[in-house]
Order: sequence, then structure tokens, then C-alpha cells
Amino acid sequence: MSTQLNTNKPAAKRFNIKSLLINNSVPLLFLVVCIAGVFISGLPLRFILNEIIVRLARNMFLVLALIIPVIAGMGLNFALVIGAMAGQIGLVFIKIVDVGGLPGFILAIAFSTPFALLFGYGTGKLLNKTKGREMITSLILGFFANGLYQLVFLVFIGTIIPVKNPEIVLSGGIGLKNALDLKFMQYAIDKIFKINFMGIVIPVVPILLIALLCYFLRFIVRTKLGQDFRALGQDIHVAKVSGINTDKVRVIAITISITIAAWGQIIFIQNIGTLNTYASHEQVGMFAIAALLIGGASVTKAKMSNAIIGTILFHTMFIISPIAGNKLFGDAQIGEFFRTFISYGVIGMSLVLHAWQKHMNAKNHEL
Amino acid sequence: MQTKHVLEMKNIEKDYYGNKVLKGINLSVKAGEIHALVGENGAGKSTLMNIIFGMPVIHSTGGFNGEVLFDEKPVAVKSPKDAMDLGIGMVHQEFMLLPGFTITENIKLNREITKQNALSRIFGPSLKTLDVNEMRKDAQKALDTIGMGVDDWVPIAGLPVGYMQFVEIAREIDKKNIKLLVFDEPTAVLTESEADKLLDSMKKLAAKGIGILFITHRLDEVLAVADSITVMRDGENVGSISPEEATVEKIAQMMVGRKIERLIVKEAEKNKSEEILLSIKDLKVNMPGEKVKGIDLDIKKGEILGIGGLAGQGKIGIANGIMGLHETTGEVYKNGVKLELNNPKRAIINKLAFVSEDRRGVGLLLDTSIEMNIVMTSMQIQDKFLNTVLSFKMKDDKGIRGWADKMVKELDIRCVGPTQYTRRLSGGNQQKVCIARALTLDPDILFVSEPTRGIDIGAKKLVLDLLIKLNKEMGMTIVMTSSELGELRSICDRIAIVYEGKLEGILSPLDSDVDFGLMMAGEYHAHARGAV
Repeated sequence: MSTQLNTNKPAAKRFNIKSLLINNSVPLLFLVVCIAGVFISGLPLRFILNEIIVRLARNMFLVLALIIPVIAGMGLNFALVIGAMAGQIGLVFIKIVDVGGLPGFILAIAFSTPFALLFGYGTGKLLNKTKGREMITSLILGFFANGLYQLVFLVFIGTIIPVKNPEIVLSGGIGLKNALDLKFMQYAIDKIFKINFMGIVIPVVPILLIALLCYFLRFIVRTKLGQDFRALGQDIHVAKVSGINTDKVRVIAITISITIAAWGQIIFIQNIGTLNTYASHEQVGMFAIAALLIGGASVTKAKMSNAIIGTILFHTMFIISPIAGNKLFGDAQIGEFFRTFISYGVIGMSLVLHAWQKHMNAKNHEL
Repeated sequence: MQTKHVLEMKNIEKDYYGNKVLKGINLSVKAGEIHALVGENGAGKSTLMNIIFGMPVIHSTGGFNGEVLFDEKPVAVKSPKDAMDLGIGMVHQEFMLLPGFTITENIKLNREITKQNALSRIFGPSLKTLDVNEMRKDAQKALDTIGMGVDDWVPIAGLPVGYMQFVEIAREIDKKNIKLLVFDEPTAVLTESEADKLLDSMKKLAAKGIGILFITHRLDEVLAVADSITVMRDGENVGSISPEEATVEKIAQMMVGRKIERLIVKEAEKNKSEEILLSIKDLKVNMPGEKVKGIDLDIKKGEILGIGGLAGQGKIGIANGIMGLHETTGEVYKNGVKLELNNPKRAIINKLAFVSEDRRGVGLLLDTSIEMNIVMTSMQIQDKFLNTVLSFKMKDDKGIRGWADKMVKELDIRCVGPTQYTRRLSGGNQQKVCIARALTLDPDILFVSEPTRGIDIGAKKLVLDLLIKLNKEMGMTIVMTSSELGELRSICDRIAIVYEGKLEGILSPLDSDVDFGLMMAGEYHAHARGAV
């Protein structure tokens, strides 16, 4: 008896330029915009490359933090903001105890991690109560957490938390100053080892850390935990029926994401050298998500290559858009508008393009 | 071989809120036998399965009476996990598979083989790396067991439907302690050759000593593989027959057989004309779960036409398609004029009215008064119950109230008054409000889907009486779709049976149980041919 079932699979994976274009429409579109921008702005290529490397080193962590929740089917984690806050708690702490340089950097990481884990756990618990609406919930949760953050640093500092240093505290003695000078730990890891390659300066340590994080993410995906993430991402109902503790797995996914975000924010600030106490964290979620989406990721699918390509494209645009705008319209202000327009518009546009892609795929399936 | 019973159920009774759905069921499955369980929809098969698997729905509604023995020991299965631990497996009717995972990953879902690494020694087993090679070996073994020669590392997404069923089975038999395997209508989505292969692999599994409980509507399959057969009807064991003495006709009769109460005693076919009011040609409706795959049907003026068939065969899709609620192709002529499809508004303007099977979802605005529910569609489509004041259209409160009072009285809607919210009405009265709204449209044809679903027995009769009254006194042409053959046979003039999205045949309500049973199982023509 022959029980061999014959595979009537359509000749899949045929090389098809049209589908290649459709599947990568988002990064390709931004690639075109970037190349055009580079020409219009007339900036020297070496300058642009240097800027890209600096920005890649400082932003990559935050973008990579988004990947695990997407794999676990929780969408884009707007609660990255909360992780950034945890990171800033660490930074404020080292400023108060006045430990700078590499020890300060390590201390900030160590101090922020318990907060990040706690915030991640809480966020995960809350998102379990609002399944299917994770993105809007984490977005609003970010706003809410911002309120708490302000309460702590604007009201409790100097009252409940005794801090006297006039360099940090507002002149009334209560509340942190708007900007904290972190020069004493700026470039803590960037300057450890640098390579100058044909005039392009590469900070080796942050790049190594990013590589390590990439390796870690790849490792996680190949463990039992990673398999659970992927199962959840595809169909939470089926995962549940097979006995996976879905709620717990979701909490772990968000906690990992928020902890990576906290560390990412510390890396980011050590490069900038100034902590804008009440604003540095606000845009973190938006920018990271915009970068990931430009890289071709979607609400349900994200790879590390998306994060890397997206970060490069998004920040190239950041570098060139004010100057390109200025050259095109003859006004620096319009360049600034252009920049703001791009960063917000990108998210909306990526989501629309992905919706269109999904629609096209659904249509192709029907035929 | 010793005849050890894997599963024995003794005198199982279960009621949902006083409504008895299982009335003393006995069922026993021996190790290594294929036990077929057949019965119409609503016969209580799913409830019985829910009891075996300890589904929460059973325990949250007061548990059940009777005794369950597994491996000849009394057991209390409190949750699906208990059932899995005991060694009870289920091949689901709808696939519990992850499309983006490979076959192996699906087979090993949440039972992955893992190996230690540096991190997992510190942080615990959830960081263990997957041992893909071992997993693939196991999966391949399970696939070989059921005779499915396919690469175990292709994703589910592109596979033909038939394969998915096999993957589900492979997953169950990969569980080492499996003793009882329940197949819930596994062949419903398979082609004939796929189904044959499935039956083969079932036999192979049984030969390994696994007890198999096989639920199906396809009677020829029952005869092909079953070692014993239990027939259920209305929550009772109608009987067990051995495959030697069973024939398709016998089983069909046992499934359907019940005394039919004709509510209409036809007085010499008085209003039955031969004039065709609605003519349906090659209708295809893409309604999820109720696909219609090409139906030709004529509806005569003044008749009550019943549309019957088992769940999922497409009978519900016909009315929904004609009314434009789901994507439809084909041709529909009313009095010889072609109707525009896929447009609910045109359908209503063309004097078709529809009482949906989804009463609370599609049928009613639950937090709106009875009177507004009754006139809503008519206001929207036909501009009735509106006054024009200074070129603004205003609601005609007086007219609405008057009409609603009339309908409440005529249809005997039991309510506090026409302003009561429909959410608070009982199922039967909600159904009457739906019918009242359809009548307000003054239709030529009334489509009624599952009019008695979820309604208690007393109210059922009232709704059916109402339909008869409309038909007799107003000469309304009615097309009634129902899963309950009994009620179709009690009021319809003709009954069309739908099987696998196509018309299997049209019967008179007075035809024999055997004919109905055969048609519902899609066996009618095969056997008619056999007889000739």
C-alpha cells in the first residue's frame, strides 16, 4: 500500500522581482529618499558616514529592544519609554553619588537594572489584562509613567529624597534641574578603544556590545523560551491549548525588552553627555519604533536586519533632512519642520504601507 | 488479545440550566478498537467529548452525573491537562496548528526536546537550547507511523489542508503515553483519497493498541473502519450495532428516526401554485464555515421551503448570500428579473427580508427599544415612519408607536411595552421582534434562519405557529433554514438538503427517515444508484 502523499506545493520561492519589491517596499522607499537627500544636502560622504556610525552605536540598543515583544505577538512596545526612565534613574543616581567614568557607567547599569525588571514585570502584568490592545496600552502607559517620573524627580527630590547638591537641584531646593551635566562620564565606553579607518572613527566597545546583544537575541530565539515566544506570536490560543503558560511568557518578553531599553538609554546618554531630565526619554519609543519600521519590520514581524537597516536609514535622514530642507526651501526652520514631519510621519506611513502589504498578500491568497 | 476497556462511561447525565442534553449515556471503548460515534448535530456528542476532556464549560455549569472509568479505574477529569496526563488525545476539527512553524515544531509544540547550555545551568530550564535534530527524528518517526511521507521541516502554511490533519494526528501519537485518541469529524475537510489514507492510519494506530473514538457524519467511513458503533440521538443512546449487521440505511434511520408532528395538515394543497417567485442559479457564497459551492434552487410562490443539512455544509450561507451579507457569485432572478447581489440594501428594496440566525449579533439592536427595532430597517431603506419638517426628515413617533403596538399585539410579543429594550426579552420574544421587523418591510419572500435556535421548547412552537400563520393568512413565501430536521418536517412544504455546499436533493416532509438520513450524510445518490 502506498501511503506516500504527493506534495502539490506551488513552485514556491521562485525569484520574483515584483514580490521582492513589494515585500521590501518600505526600506526601498526610504533608501531612495536617503540617497536623494544625500545628493541635495551636498554633505561630504565621510561626514555622513561618521555621523551614522556614532548614531548607530548610540541608538541600536534601543531599537533591538523592540524585537522580542514583536516576536511574542505583543506588537511594537511603546513602553520602551518606561525602560528609558529606569535607565535615567541609574544616571541620576551616579550623578548624586558623583561616580564618573567607566565605574559610573557600570554603576548606572547596575542601579537601573532592578528598576527595569520591576517596571517590566508591572508592564507585562498590565498588558496581560489588555490582550490584543498592547500597543495603545503601552503608549498610554508611557505617558502615565512620565507623570510618576515627574512626581519623583520634581517633587520628591529635596523633600523625601535628600539631595543638597546645588549643581543638580533647582534653586528652590526641591526638584532636579532640567538638564544634568554628565560630562564626567561622557564617552565612558566610547573612548575605551577607537579605530580610525580612513578618517571614519569607529567606537569599538559599543559596537561590540551591540554585537553581543544581537548574539544574545539570536540565542534566546533558539531556546525553549524563544520557541514559546514564537508560538505566542503566531496564535496565542493554540499556544495556550498546548499548555504554554502564555501570561508568564508575555511578562518575560516585556521585561527583557524594557531592561534592554534601560541599558540602551544609558549608552545613549553616555554618548550625548547631558541628561535632559524631563525630556530625554520622551521620544525614545517613537524614534526606535520609527527606525525599526523603516527597516521593513511590521507589527507582527521583526528581524535584527530590520533593526540595523532601519536605524541606518532613519538616522541618515536625521542627518541630512535639515540641510536638505534648507537647501530646497531656503529656510532652516522649514528644514526643522521637515525633520519633525519625517520622524512622526514615518511611523504612520510605515503602518499604512504595511497594511497595504497585508491587503495585497490577502488578495494574492484568494486568487 | 485481552479486551481491556480504555474508557468506560456509565450512565452519564448532564443538563445545562435544567435543559437535559445527556440522558444516561453508556459508552465503552476497548484498547485497540475503533469505536464510531454517530449522531445528528445537537445529539450530545460534543457535550460527551467535553466531559471526557474535563472542559471548563462542564464544571462551570454544575458538572455531570455518572461514572467515568479510564483504564478500568474511576477518574475525575477536572481539566484538559488532566486528560492529557491520563493519555487522552484529541484530533481537533479545527486545526490547532501554528502556520509559521514547521511540521516538526508543531508536532513538538511545548514538548520540545532541549539540551543544556551555559546560561540554562544558571537561569533554569527555559533557557535550554532546542535540540532540533532529536526533535526532527521524533517527528519523522511519528509521521512514518501514520504513513505520511513528507519533509518534516516545511512550514505548515503552504501545506494542503489534508496534511494538516495528519500533522495533528502525528502530534497526538508522538505523546508517549497516549491510550485513547478522539477524532472529531476528522474527514470533514479532506478529499476522498486523503480520507482513505486517514482511515488507514487510524487502523494502524488501533493495531498498536490505542483506543480510538471516531466521531463522524460519513456513514460509509463508519462501516469501513469501525469495530463497534454507537448511535446517539437527542442525548440518548439509541443503540449500538456491530458493523456486521449495520448498513448505511440502518444507521441513517437510527440517527434521524423520531416521530414527526405535522403542524400543518395540508388541506388539499390549497395555496400551492407552480409559479416560481425566486430562481437561484449556480449560487456560490463565501461565508466562513458555511460555504455554498454552486446551488440551483427554485422557490415557488406561497410555499414554505425548508433548507436543511448538517452544520457547516452551507445551508446557512444561502440566505446570507442572497441578502448580500457575504461575498456571493451566481444569478438570482425574482419574477424573472435579475437581482443585484452583494448589496444588502438592494436586496431589501427588492422586497426580500431576512431574519438572521445570529439574533443577538446581526438581528437586534439590543440596547434599543422594541419599537425602534421593528421600524429601523424600514425607516432606513423605505423612508417609512418619517415626517418631513422644513425639509428635515423627522421620526414619526406616533406612527411608529401605532405600528409597534399593532405588531406586539399581532405577533403576541410578551413585553412591558414597546419601549422596552430588546436585551431584556426572552429568546422567543426577541425572535418575534426580528420577524416583526422583517414584516414591516412588507416583503415578498421572508428568509428565516435557525428561527428556534436557543429558544425553549414552548416558545419554539409559538415561533413555528407564527410562521405557519404568516404563510396561510398572508400568503407569505417563506424560506426557512434550520438545523433541526424535525421542525423543518413539521411545517415545510418541501425540504432541500444541502451537503458540502451543494444541493443533495429535495424531499417531501413525509418522506422516510432513511431518505433524510442518507441525504444529510451525502449518501443518497450513491445508494439510489445502488438500488437501480
